[in-house]
This record gives sequence, C-alpha cells and structure tokens, in this order.
Amino acid sequence: MPEPLTPDVVAKVADLAMLELSDDELQTFTAQLAAVLEHAHDVEELDVDDVAPTHHPYPLQNVMRTDDPHPAVDAEVAAAALAMAPSVEDGQFRVPPALGEEP
Amino acid sequence: MSRTAVEIAAAVASGAASAVSILEEHLARIDEREAEIHAFNTVLTDEARAQAAEIDRQVAAGHDVGPLAGVPIALKDNLCTRGIPTTCSSRMLEGWRPPYNATVVERLAEAGAVLVGKTNLDEFAMGSSTENSAFGPTRNPHDLSRVPGGSSGGSAAAVAAGFSAVALGSDTGGSIRQPAALCGVVGMKPTYGAVSRYGLVAFASSLDQVGPFSRDVADSALLYELISGHDPRDSTSIPATLPSVRGHLDRGVEGLRVGLIRELLGETLDGFEPEVLAQTRAAADTLAAAGAIVDEVSVPSTIYGLSAYYLIAPAEASSNLARYDGVRYGHREEGGANTAAMMRASRTAGFGPEVKRRIMLGTYGLSAGYHDAFYGKAQRVRTLIIDDFAKAYENFDVLLSPTSPCVAFPFGAKSDPLTMYLNDVATIPSNLSGQPSISVPFGTGAHGLPVGVQVLAPLLGEPVMYQVAAQIERAAKEPLLQETLLKEGRS
Repeated sequence: MPEPLTPDVVAKVADLAMLELSDDELQTFTAQLAAVLEHAHDVEELDVDDVAPTHHPYPLQNVMRTDDPHPAVDAEVAAAALAMAPSVEDGQFRVPPALGEEP
Repeated sequence: MSRTAVEIAAAVASGAASAVSILEEHLARIDEREAEIHAFNTVLTDEARAQAAEIDRQVAAGHDVGPLAGVPIALKDNLCTRGIPTTCSSRMLEGWRPPYNATVVERLAEAGAVLVGKTNLDEFAMGSSTENSAFGPTRNPHDLSRVPGGSSGGSAAAVAAGFSAVALGSDTGGSIRQPAALCGVVGMKPTYGAVSRYGLVAFASSLDQVGPFSRDVADSALLYELISGHDPRDSTSIPATLPSVRGHLDRGVEGLRVGLIRELLGETLDGFEPEVLAQTRAAADTLAAAGAIVDEVSVPSTIYGLSAYYLIAPAEASSNLARYDGVRYGHREEGGANTAAMMRASRTAGFGPEVKRRIMLGTYGLSAGYHDAFYGKAQRVRTLIIDDFAKAYENFDVLLSPTSPCVAFPFGAKSDPLTMYLNDVATIPSNLSGQPSISVPFGTGAHGLPVGVQVLAPLLGEPVMYQVAAQIERAAKEPLLQETLLKEGRS
C-alpha cells in the first residue's frame, strides 16, 4: 500500500476532483480518509496476484442494439433540457470564457 | 394499518374501492405525520389526485387498469420523473426537473400505480441513515429520535408509516435492505441487471440496482415482476426472459438447504447486537421447523467485502459525479472568471461533505501509481467473494444472515464516517457479487425496534429467495412460535 495520507496529498486530490477545501476541511478530511484507507489495509493480507479482477458482476459482453435508424432527441426534449440549464444562449449552453483570468 | 398493494389493486379493479378513496387515506396519514417524519422531498398531492381519478374513470368505463391499479407508490428522489423535481437530496440538483422518466417509472405508471411523492435519501445515495440529506434527515416512524437507515430512508419510512403502499429505492451497498430492516418493512435488491437503471442517477455503476419496498413479501414479488426485465436503454440489462417469482411464495421450504453465513454471526466481526443475532437464528429455526435443512456455512472472504466496497464504490462515484460541473444542468456558482473556476466553485457549493469525501477517496484510489494498489486489488478481492459464494451455493439453495448488525440507532450516534460504513458489512457482499437478497422483518431487538433477516441467493435466484422469504414472513406472524424459540436460549 502507498504511504500514509497527508494534508498535502489530500489537497492535491481535491484539486484533481475540482473541489476547494478550507484549512479546517483539509484537516478533517485527511483524518477521515486516512481512517478508511487504514481499515482497507486488511485486503493486504490476501494473495490475489493470480486472481482475475471483476469489473462487472453479470457476465455480459459486447452489448449492441440493432442497427436500425431511429429518431434523434426530439425538439421538445431538447427544449426541456435547455430549460434546465443554468445559462443558455442561441440554443446552446453558455459558460464563462474558457481562458479568462482566475478571480 | 392500510391495505397491501395486492389488496388495493384487487379492490380498485373490481370497483369495491375507488382509487381516489384509497389515495385520500394515504394523504390523510401524510397530513398527520409527515411534518415529524420527513419521508418526502416532494409530495405530489394534486398530480396523485388527478391520476387516481383517471384510474376510477377507466374502471367505470370497463377498461383493463393494470396490476397496480390505484396503488399509492413513492419513489426515491434519485429516480428521474419527467417534469417533477429529482434532487438526489443534493443542493447540486435542487430544482432540476428531468426531461424524461426512468424506465421503472414508466412501467409503474403503465401498471396503474399512483405516484404520491419523491422520497428523501442520503445525498446521491451515499450513507446509511439519511443524515447526509441536504434537506434534513428522515426520522424513523417507530422512534422519531432514531434514523430510518439509508440511503433509501425516505422510501422505507414512507411505507412503514403508511404514506404509500409500496416504494422504490436503489441499493449500492445495502441502501434498500438496511433501511427496510430498520423500519420493519420488506426491502429487496434484485440481481444486477434484472431491473433497468435507465433514469436512475448513477452512483457506482458496477453495484447500483433498483428494487422495491413493501409491507409484505407478496407485494415485493409483484413489484419485482413488474419492474424487472430487459430494457434496451440500459446496456447492463440482462437480455433474457426472467423467471417469475410469485408462483413460489406458497411452496414452503421442505427440503431446501439454508446456510447461515458464519462470518456474519457476530464471532468474526464486531458490532452485531445479541438480539439481532438471536432473531436471525430464530428465523433459521423456523425454517428448520418447516422442513428446511439448516446449517452454518463459511464464506470467508465476506469479511473483506467492506474494504473492497469502500475502494470500488468511491472510485466509480468519483467518475460518475464528474458530470456535475454547472454547465448543462444542476447548481452553478456564478462569478467565476473562467470555465474551470466556475466548475470548481459550483462543485464546492453543490456537494455536501459525505459526497466530497467519497469523490476524494475515489479520485485518490484511481490516481496514477495507486490504481493497482486500490481499485485493482479491490476488484480481485471481489472475484474471491464471488468464488466463495459459488462454493457455498454448491451445498445450499439460499444463505441467511442479519441484514443490519444493529437496530435503528439515534441521530448522531455514528458521526465518524468509518463507524457508519461498518454498518453495511452484511449487505455489501451481495452488491459485490451482483446476487439478489431481501430483508424480511422478523421480530424485534433492543428497545423493541424491528429486526430484519436477510435471505441471499445466487444470480437470478429470486424465485427461491422469495420462497424462503415468504416462509420467514409466515413464521414472523406467529409471535408465540417466535417467543418459544427465543426462550429456548438461542441468544
């Protein structure tokens, strides 16, 4: 197992997950996540090198629908989806500038 | 207490009772107790009245009204309902109205069910008590100072309090079965792939299943038959005709082999209450008395299930919840100077602490250099658990265990996340193996609170699982027999 969890590592993980943490949250989450990972250490005692991983519990492979033409999303559904968007312009989702300055 | 779904549908279809009068009975109970219980995020009074009136018109016109005609039903608020708020009890989805229905919602509507409301849950189904809901917890109808379990605590409480005859929930690590046990109702997690997940908001995609809550086993079997079956919109849906289950309810258990899972009987793992263990053994004894062959069986790797689960489920959650970025739907925090800043601010404001914990746990476990040690290792442990179950099923038709190690606990009693996670130890193995299991109420434990006994079966073993569950239910309705067995010192 990798080395123990530190606040620096948790800060890096939060950054990857696009979450911002206060200093207090960073301390609390570090302790809580470390406790869960500590408990998960018990799987270390198992020798599973020769065991195949299970990605999915029911044996299904290559699920394909039949290649029949069918209507794309209709205008009503598209309008309903756009109506739920935080910001829309000309029938498209609107976001702040991709390359704008950090606040 | 009110009638079961089977009784209501028969009464409504025959004209003996109107769907409107059935609905009003349930709405009256909601009026009386919902303020103290908080089972619902949304109560759909007007829509339900219109739906019930329509059913009555169809009955009057002599039309076929379906097997759930006029049955009031509640849905966990992570199942998409067209035009009706679907929040996952998260600020992130507050006010969001899906543009489509989940497949299970369509099937229930076709069967004539009347939707009374959307029920509270732990945010994004992450938790075992509903304390993680952004809109406040649900309280257990049996004792308002205690949790209803979770994450489908609102659905369990709604059925227990008679707000609806039946309900649907979702179960990723026990989120149907554990609240069912704590609220004294029946809760079932089907075989992975048996029920469509189209329109279920995803948490951990290799584990999630939709399933029914009910007050008896016959209603559970009926709901299962109606919601299960192939759906081309869900690529994990099993493309085969599934066996019917209702014909198995009255078959008894003569000659069936029932294995008590030794690792879940309190000696290997801590935290099992003695009264819960005593009721589990008493349930096994009633099966033996009815002709089943009961013995203990070891499923050794189940004790690693919890660790595997808390490596796998957060990893999948961190991936599934990456979609919440404030762009197309859900909460957006305004004022970010660029797109990335807006996304960070939206996720930070929209998610509660438990969701953030799991996203970070999963992100860590999937990050470069750690993937093999965490997610990869956990997936191999998952295979061991599946293999151990397969060995057990060479000698047994079903397995038996407590559903939850404890009865309903007070609010705040498990504020440490790891302590809360340990509560799922008996339910998690079935999610990892994809196999069906059901929690059936069987007597009471500490403080007179309900105890649930869990019946587990192999993949697509729902028929034999229901057969045994029905026998346990028959025995549970004979309090004298139960008392005698407990007095014989089986604690």
